[in-house]
Amino acid sequence: MSTEESATPATLFGCLLGDSRGQAVLFVPKQSYMSTMKNLVDNGYEMCVDLTAVDFLTHASRTLPDSIAPERFEIVVNLLSLSKRERLRVRVQVSESDPLIESLFDLYPGTEAMEREVFDMFGISFSGHPDLTRILMPEDWQGHPLRKDYAQGRIPVQFKGAAS
Amino acid sequence: MTPRESDTIISAAAGTNEGNQELRSRSELTAKEVMREVGAVLRMSEADAALLAEVEADPGEDQTMIINMGPQHPSTHGVLRLMLELKGETVLRCKPIIGYLHTGMEKTGESLTFMQGGTNVTRMDYLSPLNSELVFSMATEKLLGIDGDIPERAVWIRMLLSELNRMSSHLLFMATNGMDIGAVSMMLYGWREREIVLRFFQKVTGLRMNHNFIRPGGVAADLPADWRDDVMSILDMLPDRLGEYDVLMTNQPIWRERLQGVGVITQAEAIALGATGPILRSTGLAWDLRRDMPYLHYDELEFDVIVGRYGDAFDRYAIRLNEIRESMRIVRQILDRVPRGDYRIQDKKVTPPPRARIDESMEALIHHFKIFTEGFKVPEGEVYVAIESPRGEVGCYIASDGSPTPYRMHVRAPSFVNVQALPHMMRGGLVADAVAVISSVDPVLGEVDR
Repeated sequence: MSTEESATPATLFGCLLGDSRGQAVLFVPKQSYMSTMKNLVDNGYEMCVDLTAVDFLTHASRTLPDSIAPERFEIVVNLLSLSKRERLRVRVQVSESDPLIESLFDLYPGTEAMEREVFDMFGISFSGHPDLTRILMPEDWQGHPLRKDYAQGRIPVQFKGAAS
Repeated sequence: MTPRESDTIISAAAGTNEGNQELRSRSELTAKEVMREVGAVLRMSEADAALLAEVEADPGEDQTMIINMGPQHPSTHGVLRLMLELKGETVLRCKPIIGYLHTGMEKTGESLTFMQGGTNVTRMDYLSPLNSELVFSMATEKLLGIDGDIPERAVWIRMLLSELNRMSSHLLFMATNGMDIGAVSMMLYGWREREIVLRFFQKVTGLRMNHNFIRPGGVAADLPADWRDDVMSILDMLPDRLGEYDVLMTNQPIWRERLQGVGVITQAEAIALGATGPILRSTGLAWDLRRDMPYLHYDELEFDVIVGRYGDAFDRYAIRLNEIRESMRIVRQILDRVPRGDYRIQDKKVTPPPRARIDESMEALIHHFKIFTEGFKVPEGEVYVAIESPRGEVGCYIASDGSPTPYRMHVRAPSFVNVQALPHMMRGGLVADAVAVISSVDPVLGEVDR
């Protein structure tokens, strides 16, 4: 989004490097997700501070670099380099028909709970995850609450004396 | 994944059964899974892994017992539930089970405008609400592109409140940590001191907690005229009280016995698990976002980052105690530097007109009405902003589609990540120390479950 396209787009490990409000964003194709993340670990991004997802069901027209084909889901990984004092955000497109992506558990063990949360809330599976179960919702819950086609619950307000 | 059938039957009968989310007994696990649960994944050296195998020594199914600690337990700080596998008194494995306080705040955040969002996020980490509001406001401002235009007075007020909030949060930690370990009188002292800070918050924001005071564009109101006197009285009172804590706890042999060497985590483990805040600093790594990736005007202030050395519960206690002192030092510097001026940005887009204008101007009334009912539109984009909360890095990821409500609002809660470090701190320890370890992580369950 709001990626500044120049004549020769900046790249990092063969992936398009964009910019969002001054923050570095790396658009990684799903096929090279693991290899790129390995490269990032080896290049000083020691800590994965956050892993989450966005469901772009009702906002498919979002701004993306030309070479990136938008999909319904996006995995957003925020990496932190303690040595370089830098942040890098990785965005991966994940399709609705195949909501499956590799788990970062072997590279960043701390992502275990975050990936469980994404699985629980969005129904995106992580291959190689050791314990892919729901984490916030009850085990027998139906559906994935943070998907855009999951209705928000509300308590009906009853007005005194109103008809019906 | 489908729940195992046996669990479905049990959950119909018993109240708290979370099926596959629970710690499974050894007979159901492969050796690899057991090794993962006890922490072999943390890129350990071979020597460490060998030690790990020794602790295991194949206890056998009938030698161990799985017990529940929580979700209703006074020392789990809310509704944290830990399943512990014990052999005698030794904790072999541990698994935190969370979600008992899940109220869907991130989903709620998608239907609240950026104007209303503060009321939502402030309830996540209810012990440092101002830091949650601050990170949400900063993310919104970055999306709006006004993050550089916030009036100086507002920035300094934000820092003042953020640091006072750090003090009140750590004071409450002193209280609960004391109570958990058996220094029950400490609980009263900690709450007493925190109450004085909260009283100042009440005077400034109108509320003791869940303030919704720091808002996109600045703060909700100006400080009261005599705020300096109130802050000075807090700063005058605290050093003696902190000295009493030292006498009561820090230098006391029983206190040291209970905490030193308990719940040890190494630096490599903390980094791999993404643990931040006092847990990371207790391992000797001086990482504090206020110093290392400064926001607001922290780069203009002088303060020290407190680090530990052994990564144990005592270090985490000592770090928090001394961070109160550092926060006091910061607040003293802020006192002299809060300038006069606006407390919120004079940008008609995000700031409602002053109350007095509404009485005399129809346009102001309409403007006021529109901004509070519809909110303001935020340009399309996505940002992640992180600051140092008392518990570690609290981050806010917002994706906007150009409407007045966030398309997706995610809060990176430090407690959520830090709680995942519990199994590694508890392994091989005594069940009696479990309470001390939980307490030293200082989780806030409102933030863990969101």
